Amino acid sequence: MFNQFSRWQKIMIPVISVVLGLLVGAIVMLVSGYNPIEGYAALLSGSLGEGFYIGETIRQITPYIFAGLAVAFAFRTGLFNIGVEGQLLVGWVASVWVGLAFDLPKIIHLPMAILAGALAGALWAFVPGLLKAKLRVHEVIVTIMMNYIALHLCNYLVRYVISDGQNTTDRVPESASLKSPFFETLTEFSTMHYGIFLALAAAIIYFVVLEKTTTGFELRSVGFNQHASEYAGMNVNRNIILSMVISGAFAGLGGAMEGLGTFGYGFIHGAFSGVGFDGIAVALLGGNVALGVILAAALFGILKQGALIMPLESGVPTELVEIVIAIIIFFVASSYIIAYLLQRLKKGAK
Amino acid sequence: MDYVIEMLDIRKEFPGIVANDNITLQLKKGEIHALLGENGAGKSTLMNVLFGLYQPEKGEIKVRGEKVNITSPNVANELGIGMVHQHFMLVDTFTVTENIVLGLEPKKGLNIDMKKAESEVQEISDRYGLKVDPNAKIADISVGMQQRVEILKTLYRGAEILIFDEPTAVLTPQEIKELIQIFRTLIAEGKSIILITHKLKEIIEVCDRVTVIRKGVGIDTLDVEGTTPTQLASLMVGRDVTFKTDKTEASPTHNVLEISQLNVKDSRGVNAVKNLDLSVRAGEIVGIAGVDGNGQSELIEAITGLRKVSSGVIKLNDQNLSSYKTRKITEAGVGHIPQDRHKHGLVLDFPIGDNMVLQTYYHKPYSKYSMLNNKEINKQAKKLIKEFDVRTPSETTPARALSGGNQQKAIIGREVDRDPDLLIAAQPTRGLDVGAIEFIHKRLIEQRDNGKAVLLVSFELEEIINVSDRIAVIYDGNIIEIVDPKTTTEQELGLLMAGSKNKAGETENV
Repeated sequence: MFNQFSRWQKIMIPVISVVLGLLVGAIVMLVSGYNPIEGYAALLSGSLGEGFYIGETIRQITPYIFAGLAVAFAFRTGLFNIGVEGQLLVGWVASVWVGLAFDLPKIIHLPMAILAGALAGALWAFVPGLLKAKLRVHEVIVTIMMNYIALHLCNYLVRYVISDGQNTTDRVPESASLKSPFFETLTEFSTMHYGIFLALAAAIIYFVVLEKTTTGFELRSVGFNQHASEYAGMNVNRNIILSMVISGAFAGLGGAMEGLGTFGYGFIHGAFSGVGFDGIAVALLGGNVALGVILAAALFGILKQGALIMPLESGVPTELVEIVIAIIIFFVASSYIIAYLLQRLKKGAK
Repeated sequence: MDYVIEMLDIRKEFPGIVANDNITLQLKKGEIHALLGENGAGKSTLMNVLFGLYQPEKGEIKVRGEKVNITSPNVANELGIGMVHQHFMLVDTFTVTENIVLGLEPKKGLNIDMKKAESEVQEISDRYGLKVDPNAKIADISVGMQQRVEILKTLYRGAEILIFDEPTAVLTPQEIKELIQIFRTLIAEGKSIILITHKLKEIIEVCDRVTVIRKGVGIDTLDVEGTTPTQLASLMVGRDVTFKTDKTEASPTHNVLEISQLNVKDSRGVNAVKNLDLSVRAGEIVGIAGVDGNGQSELIEAITGLRKVSSGVIKLNDQNLSSYKTRKITEAGVGHIPQDRHKHGLVLDFPIGDNMVLQTYYHKPYSKYSMLNNKEINKQAKKLIKEFDVRTPSETTPARALSGGNQQKAIIGREVDRDPDLLIAAQPTRGLDVGAIEFIHKRLIEQRDNGKAVLLVSFELEEIINVSDRIAVIYDGNIIEIVDPKTTTEQELGLLMAGSKNKAGETENV
């Protein structure tokens, strides 16, 4: 979305947005009678202050990276995948299901369960991709609808298929678990698991596929200009479907991390987890590039984790973090304002 | 003081370049003054300075003898300067009147006095012979009409000096004639006009004086009377330009493209190409002459696989292409310079280097085991940039940042370099200046001389007559006549293109 800006601006816009977001957050705290320095100090110590909090923050960052990559991949190829939430849920349930249904050695079982999550997410995204490619149905509408189908289908599966009328499934066995006793001890028994490494690996794959392969070349080309791509002999419809499928696979993997790592089971969701929707913000803030998504996910992870501790230590309510995030997104979305300011600053400096 | 506008020693810099280097332009009252220059010479920059969109680094502007400081388009409007942009700035869903009064609505209490607005618009329209219906919706009127609405907009705001940016680029020949008539009416009513253009014929036909700029530098201002197109062209380009394309006699050999009984439907499902027969031989350029909309686009799309063939055969070197996909056709040896370079020719947000391998990226050496080799891609890009004189800061510059002529050169480089047996060039010189046109014509002829077949589609008769070895006239989806460019005239072609043929229903053996 920052195509019209220079490289320098592309980096500065999100950075300035974050700074402005935090500033406005401070003002809101002041106006509401809290001490912003205390508030932010509590937020920081609650996310990075102790081993336990660091572990929890990293655990929180993991699904954000996947959700961010999923949205960013679709963005970069000209599609808007709002269905990350649903794809994440089906990935979650599918991975848990495979984790419970088989009894295999870990070296086969764990990859199989993770793969099941990716496949489920991919399949869920295949439907809107197919409808867009064949019938030109807008993917935004279909993916939103598919979110609800995913939510209720997953709840049904958890209650009646994977468990016997329970609200949660059984825990996945050790052979399909991402849990890491090592990291848990290291971080004073947080829920940190191996997922973060998979997330970082996924970011590398994202970068390589999109920037370095012929497939990525086609996907980006179709994303920018379908007509020219068709003229150049690319199969536009195939690329639309492929883009959604890969995007969905990232989302499904994010779900598998929750299912096999964070929780270790599936449960009935009363509402959406929100991770998929936050993925849109992560992708936007990260400028749809791999490193940007990692950094944005880290920021979101820190904010969300710190927000849990903030009320206890400084009395500032958790919702403040939502305000800060909203303001950051506002500034990123209104990037033209910042680009304009940057230009004025540059001129003034001359 | 008989100058209404004086721009004296205007200098405008952008990071890295000097767009205007001490240019002087003086506009007399009641004259049509042409501003002539190649694409990217700095014409639009200069006019944007006058219109208050840019602030000059140096120089002064006088309006009716008084020094002014034009800081915004609003100031320009107040000074009576109006601009008709190349790309219209109209709200499609509004009526003509609504568009014209937008921002200056006559009020009646809190409401807009539409009755008054309409009658005012009607009055101005009548005075200048614009024949615009004040109640029509913009979306429903032709491009030529929309342009008149833009003219009306400036007149409604009291413009005395009108700037036209490439006004004829989007018009049909008939509309151009009408526009020239409108110019004369405007002058008769005491207005002054600056006409930005690179079309020499228009200047000779309608302008009084012309200021030539080249690469940001003012070259000369001269009276149009007594100049020739050749003289203006060489002033603009900086060297001698030949209009008559030099070429030897064609020596065609075997048939490369053979189309027989081809039928193609357009997007609405109506037959656009009807039982069409055509052949192009190796070593010749066949020009397709015709009025826009007689099946040319559909024909090209069918040959290149972008549109389904309903029936008939398209053979390339005895290989039937009619059911092939675009990629297979490209690989079989067809090159295609598309009519709309922004829509079909380039991925504008890609670097120009990536655009040069848009059809070949999956081949060695540009990729290996599906991994792109950017070094090789950039090497190829550099080679083509040099060979085809594409002016770009680097091969990683986005295609969007290049001027139209350079974009077109990049496309032509890409297509010619693949060395296709058949090169299809659709409107290859549209919107380009004489220098670029000359370059492109030379390249087409070079392909021919290398024993390739070239199919040229153009609405410019001059181009068709100059470049082609045979001319196929298309009318209503059919080739109704093949004529020899050496013996035909524009009049004859014009008649044929309008569908008049001596013996109706006769099919030409090609």
